[in-house]
Amino acid sequence: MTKLDKNDRLIRISLLVVAFSAVSVLAVITIFIFEQGTPIMFKYGLKSFLFGQDWYPSEKSFGLLPMIVGSLMVTFGALIIGVPLGLASAIFLTEFSHRRLTRFLKPVIELLAGIPSVVYGFIGLMFLVPFIRENFGGPGLSVLAASIILGIMILPTVISIAIDSIRAVPDSYREGSIALGATKWQTVRMVVLPAARSGIVAGIILGMGRAIGETMAVIMVAGNAADIPGSILQPVRTLTSNIALEMGYASGEHREALFATGVILFIIIMILNTIANLTSARQKKR
Amino acid sequence: MKEIAIQVRNFSHYYGSHQSLKNLNFDVYRHEILGIIGPAKSGKSTFLACLNRLNDLLPGSRVEGQILVDGQDIYGPEVDVVALRRKIGMVFATPVPLPMSIYENVVYGVRLLGKNNRKELDQIVEDSLEKAGLWNEVKDRLQTSALKLSGGQQQRLCIARILALKPEYILLDEPTSGLDPISTMKIEDSLRMLKKDYTIILVTNNTKQAARVADRTAFFLMGELVEIDDTRVIFTRPSDKRTEGYLEGKFG
Amino acid sequence: MLLSPKTEQKIVQAFLYFFTSIAVLVLLFILVVILKNGLPQLSLEFLTKNPADMGREGGILSTIVATIFLTFIALLVATPLGVGTAIYLTEYTIESRLTRIIRFGAECLAGIPSIIFGLFGFILFVNKLKFGWSILSGGLTLAFMVLPTIIRTSEEAIKSVPQAYRLVSFSLGSTRWQAITRVVLPSAVPGIVTGIILSIGRSIGETAAVIFTAGSALRMPSSLFSSSRTMAVHFYILAKEGVSMPKAYGTAAVLVIAILIINIMTYYLMEKYIKRKS
Ligand SMILES: Nc1ncnc2c1ncn2[C@@H]1O[C@H](COP(=O)(O)OP(=O)(O)OP(=O)(O)O)[C@@H](O)[C@H]1O
Ligand SMILES: [Mg+2]
Repeated sequence: MTKLDKNDRLIRISLLVVAFSAVSVLAVITIFIFEQGTPIMFKYGLKSFLFGQDWYPSEKSFGLLPMIVGSLMVTFGALIIGVPLGLASAIFLTEFSHRRLTRFLKPVIELLAGIPSVVYGFIGLMFLVPFIRENFGGPGLSVLAASIILGIMILPTVISIAIDSIRAVPDSYREGSIALGATKWQTVRMVVLPAARSGIVAGIILGMGRAIGETMAVIMVAGNAADIPGSILQPVRTLTSNIALEMGYASGEHREALFATGVILFIIIMILNTIANLTSARQKKR
Repeated sequence: MKEIAIQVRNFSHYYGSHQSLKNLNFDVYRHEILGIIGPAKSGKSTFLACLNRLNDLLPGSRVEGQILVDGQDIYGPEVDVVALRRKIGMVFATPVPLPMSIYENVVYGVRLLGKNNRKELDQIVEDSLEKAGLWNEVKDRLQTSALKLSGGQQQRLCIARILALKPEYILLDEPTSGLDPISTMKIEDSLRMLKKDYTIILVTNNTKQAARVADRTAFFLMGELVEIDDTRVIFTRPSDKRTEGYLEGKFG
Repeated sequence: MLLSPKTEQKIVQAFLYFFTSIAVLVLLFILVVILKNGLPQLSLEFLTKNPADMGREGGILSTIVATIFLTFIALLVATPLGVGTAIYLTEYTIESRLTRIIRFGAECLAGIPSIIFGLFGFILFVNKLKFGWSILSGGLTLAFMVLPTIIRTSEEAIKSVPQAYRLVSFSLGSTRWQAITRVVLPSAVPGIVTGIILSIGRSIGETAAVIFTAGSALRMPSSLFSSSRTMAVHFYILAKEGVSMPKAYGTAAVLVIAILIINIMTYYLMEKYIKRKS
């Protein structure tokens, strides 16, 4: 073997090691979170963690049900608000608006995706929370407030991915439908949207992942009471907030229980990721 | 007697299961221009790629038989592929200047060897561009981007880039296919000049070009070597019907 | 009641128009509120003085410095790893189970919420490795967080370099590594830089992953091991604990302007180099 071949092999091997960095980080994170979080789950029983309704860490009561329900509620709420708005915007911007307007608005919307989540939370706290309190009653800090803020936060993601997948539908589809006498809207509804479906779904799942994983914005507007909310006007605490709120001072089993919260969050996110990956893979295949 | 530079012996090439070169046997003489003609997909480019082992980079590529360059089997175990490629320069159909200055394009291969002496490089640049017939056109703007040159100039730059490496062989794959007649003529002139120092293999789909510049011409058809002979013989009284047919335009 | 297709289309169009306006206006509203309330707070003093009295007085200098340090470390670590991964995936291997695993790993990592990165950084860097709440712990945590972004953008940038450049380089006698370092990477730089800038934007705005790893001390950071508070964390604390709304707005304005500039730069680079090539 010549010297150059040897160098090349050395480089190849080093790069392979580097290339495993992402996978290793993923593995290490998984191991650490699970190592820290699972023992206590088994000690007190999986059932008491998943279905226990009382979170009193000082009394060794670690029921996570309110937080699980809370995360699901605000995520669902975010989708109810973000998906129709996002989809409508994407459809409008791709099929019905002036080309120039779209060229201007798409980047603007994507720029807004970069605004830090604390800023969204802050705006919610300053404007949305008082508005809800005064007009609908309750403390204002609520499921509703968190859902609206998260819904707005996922808008850029949903819009920009939906635009991309609607644009990916070949123009020949549209022309074919129009030629058959369909109106533009009929074409969009019956031809374009079905063709773009899996891309749109992947975008929604990505937005969902973003909503369920969001922490700081939710903490600022959700009120954070560790009880299952009776209505959307009551405060709520999510899995992410549970970790962030108590991590600063928790120790011993309390801290382990927060890692257990992380484990559950992690599992939910992984399931979502896998679904999103599969859907986008299917889109690519076609 | 002419000295033999390259010997091709029972040489075949495969892309996966598709055989693209079929049992080739012929010699290339030193300091000649060997033209290779043949219809599309007849394996001309593949043969050139095999000569400097660029085919190594294609997935599924496989060879049988031997090619001896200066007596050495280039597929032998001891071959230094990098050195081989320096010895056998390759000019592609579309000129591909690297995205850097004219100067840096010319010395690219030289710098790979670790030579960085400015004076030496300056000299190499001048000599190579001179030989490629480009020096007068670019000597005042060596530091400008090579991408700004015209197509014909770019192709001559690609030739200069190879000459800078002081190769022994130059392979050209349809080097003028995208160029206007004047640029084509300039490149053909350069080739005739280069012949005294280099052994040149010129693949061309323009039979007239082979007639103009090649000493000998080989005709490839579907991966086979149909015949190889003095250019004049090939064009006036070919021994194979298929060659005649091709030259009369029967294969498009 | 059945509507004629034409009427239906008109109604739908009106709805879409309305929804789009809401979406765009809400997003712009956020920007306008922050800038309208924040810009008046900005002054040279605000940018060049350290916070005093828990942030009620003074400026935000130490938080700016902390943000820059943290971001710098994050990219110092993530860039070589990310670009190296991209080089391996594009230049040194063909699609296989291995590359699929690597890509899947990166994609999963991209989907992990920042609070999980925070938890992980806290347990590994702050506790196990005993870096404490520090610039180093925070920077490393952020590095892991932005790694997938850098991998993805670098891979795309490297893939968009014409194959012919590699062939030419090889034909002139380069090794693979020489072709990569002398031709491929220089051509891919704009795309790689885009990924880096994008990651800077994310690092600057991140709160959850940073607050438990870099801490929230208001002092000017003096070493890699100083606990320090970034702008985003500072803003969060000012706002959440109601320390000072004017200062919160001011900090938010700096944050948002920085991120807007960064994103506009990214957008410009992408338009200029990546999209045009394809
Ligand atoms: N990378 C590749 N993978 C698989 N098959 C290939 C590849 N390149 C060429 N081939 C096949 O090998 C055969 C010879 O192709 P080659 O490009 O050498 O022909 P050519 O004579 O240079 O044609 P042209 O005049 O079109 O350049 C053809 O059948 C072609 O389809
Ligand atoms: Mg060819």
